[in-house]
Amino acid sequence: MPTRRSLLAGLSASFALPRGARAASITDATGRTLQIPKKVTRVFPAGPPAAIMLYTLAPELLIGWPRANRPEEREFLLLDIGSRPEVGRITGRGNTANLEVVLALKPDLILDVGSTSDTFVSLAERVQEQTGIPYALLDGRFVATPTAYRKLGDLIGRHDAGEDFADFTQRTLTTITGRITDIPYEKRPRVYYARGPRGLETGLGGSINVETIELLARNVAGERKGGLANVSIEQVLVWNPDVIITIDRDFAMNVRKDPAWAGLAAAQDGHVHLSPKLPFGWVDFPPSVNRLIGLWWLGKILYPQRFPEDLQAITRDFYKRFYHVTLTDAQIARVLGGRG
Amino acid sequence: MLVALAVLAAGFGVALLVGRFPVSLADIVAVLWAKMTGVPSGVSASTEAVILQVRGPRVLAAFFVGAALAVAGTAFQGLFRNPLVSPDILGASSGAALGAVLGIFFSLSVFGIQVLAFAGGLIAVTAVYMIGTAIRTRDPVLVLVLAGVVIGSLLGAGVGLVKYLADPYNQLPAMTFWLLGSLAATGVSDLVPLFGPVALGTLMLLLLRFRMNVMSLPEEEARALGVPVRPLRIAIVAAATLVTSASVATAGIIGWVGLVVPHLARSLVGPDFSRLLPVAAILGGGFLLFIDTIPRTAAAIEIPLGILTAVVGTPFFIWLLASVSRTWS
Repeated sequence: MPTRRSLLAGLSASFALPRGARAASITDATGRTLQIPKKVTRVFPAGPPAAIMLYTLAPELLIGWPRANRPEEREFLLLDIGSRPEVGRITGRGNTANLEVVLALKPDLILDVGSTSDTFVSLAERVQEQTGIPYALLDGRFVATPTAYRKLGDLIGRHDAGEDFADFTQRTLTTITGRITDIPYEKRPRVYYARGPRGLETGLGGSINVETIELLARNVAGERKGGLANVSIEQVLVWNPDVIITIDRDFAMNVRKDPAWAGLAAAQDGHVHLSPKLPFGWVDFPPSVNRLIGLWWLGKILYPQRFPEDLQAITRDFYKRFYHVTLTDAQIARVLGGRG
Repeated sequence: MLVALAVLAAGFGVALLVGRFPVSLADIVAVLWAKMTGVPSGVSASTEAVILQVRGPRVLAAFFVGAALAVAGTAFQGLFRNPLVSPDILGASSGAALGAVLGIFFSLSVFGIQVLAFAGGLIAVTAVYMIGTAIRTRDPVLVLVLAGVVIGSLLGAGVGLVKYLADPYNQLPAMTFWLLGSLAATGVSDLVPLFGPVALGTLMLLLLRFRMNVMSLPEEEARALGVPVRPLRIAIVAAATLVTSASVATAGIIGWVGLVVPHLARSLVGPDFSRLLPVAAILGGGFLLFIDTIPRTAAAIEIPLGILTAVVGTPFFIWLLASVSRTWS
């Protein structure tokens, strides 16, 4: 609990910044102009996508995590940063973070990565008015990641590092999608994305949950646009997908034993794949830069001939660059096995 | 009664025929014949899986769940002598909902989630009943209903808390979908844990049907007729809770069936429980069988069953109110 003194200190810090401490104004992804302190040392992440992106670029600026990391997740993060405290999320009406606590933490900047729709713009405005802390909103769509990195680098005064990450993500996206540009859309594998305890939750077309899958393959549920939805096994049988991608270990283990699913060619031919998820999911949640490595994983599953690279080496490199940790062979095997 | 059963059999046949996956009458006959005689059916493996593993169990489950909710609603409406009562009056649905969201929160298997939901329903009603009997008044039934309402809202707050704490990217959608009610995932393995409690509870109520008629009289009159009011009330509550919890554990929260169908049944055959209970069971089962055919066939994505029953149930209930209001006055 913050004491009254720390609350007051937070308030005065945010309102009474000397003019000289303000850098030139910067616009965020929505075109809002923000006054950012010259030296940003503490950033409050509004949600998991923002926390992960900030961690990759400048871990020491991260005040805390929207949700505390579990021990098995912390193992794949910098020790002192991965164990920083839980600070909640700012999501509008359903905030889990108390705005007084946010103030007491004295952030120089609130960072949000996600939807840039009017709802979230007005939300950012309100929180900024209430707290006096600049609230930057960056575009969280997967293909916008390079732009978001550039913007983030500028916001926190790390232009060069932001450029590096932007270049790397842009190169990765271009390399991976470039490998399959000559395959017409109709010839690409048909993928069913299975979530939930029974594997019957799926992402409809354009949903943030299937951005990785839709970059490389056809989403069988993609004809209808929307977010997450429930479907029946019968519908999955009608779709008869070539490949099933899941994030649920129970489902992945039981799918071949379940007589209703066993009729699917994908289940019989061993094309049910459990996505790695340590410390963060590779194909879906949270929808942040953690999904970039998932594109290599999906590429190898869907087009083995076109992705001859050693996934272990790519994993090692990605974790070094983005999560700042050096993995042992055993850790890589554990990650790739979909544990956690 | 015979007509009703014939209509129901036809309903099962049609329900088995329609769906997203193309299945012909010949396929169904071949598969069922093969099942009985052991001769290969000559039907493709996926078609056979759809008939025996997917659509068949789902159609049966829809009937059992509908029948269970209607029977429980009928029993509770009689017991409480109140037409506004539905099967969740004593907190069975709220308890099951809390059990289920806890199961999802702790990442249990599907079976574990269903066990927690079933147990949650039973525990909630037990707690309500204990509170209701601990408070001594002249109107024990009213206290029971009030205890059900307050415990139900407390459990609802518990559901809200668990949803609030849940992982918004993964667990929260699963909880939301579960609470809206659906039979999309029903398989053969769901039928035994559903059918067992539903059959047991319904049988108990059928055996008590003559005494239930007396229970709808004021309590003093029932006592004067030599009916052991308290044990009988416990038996009715236990039986109705058993069937409600089992159906909620399988299908999630499906409202309206338990409220509307008993009224329809009463308007057809009158208030005598010996006829009312079986008719309500058949009507409820048939109603949900019909409703569940809509999400099964209408679109690739499933429309939650709880929403459909409300959309269909509301205008139907208003019509019913207008046409049979005299029987309750």
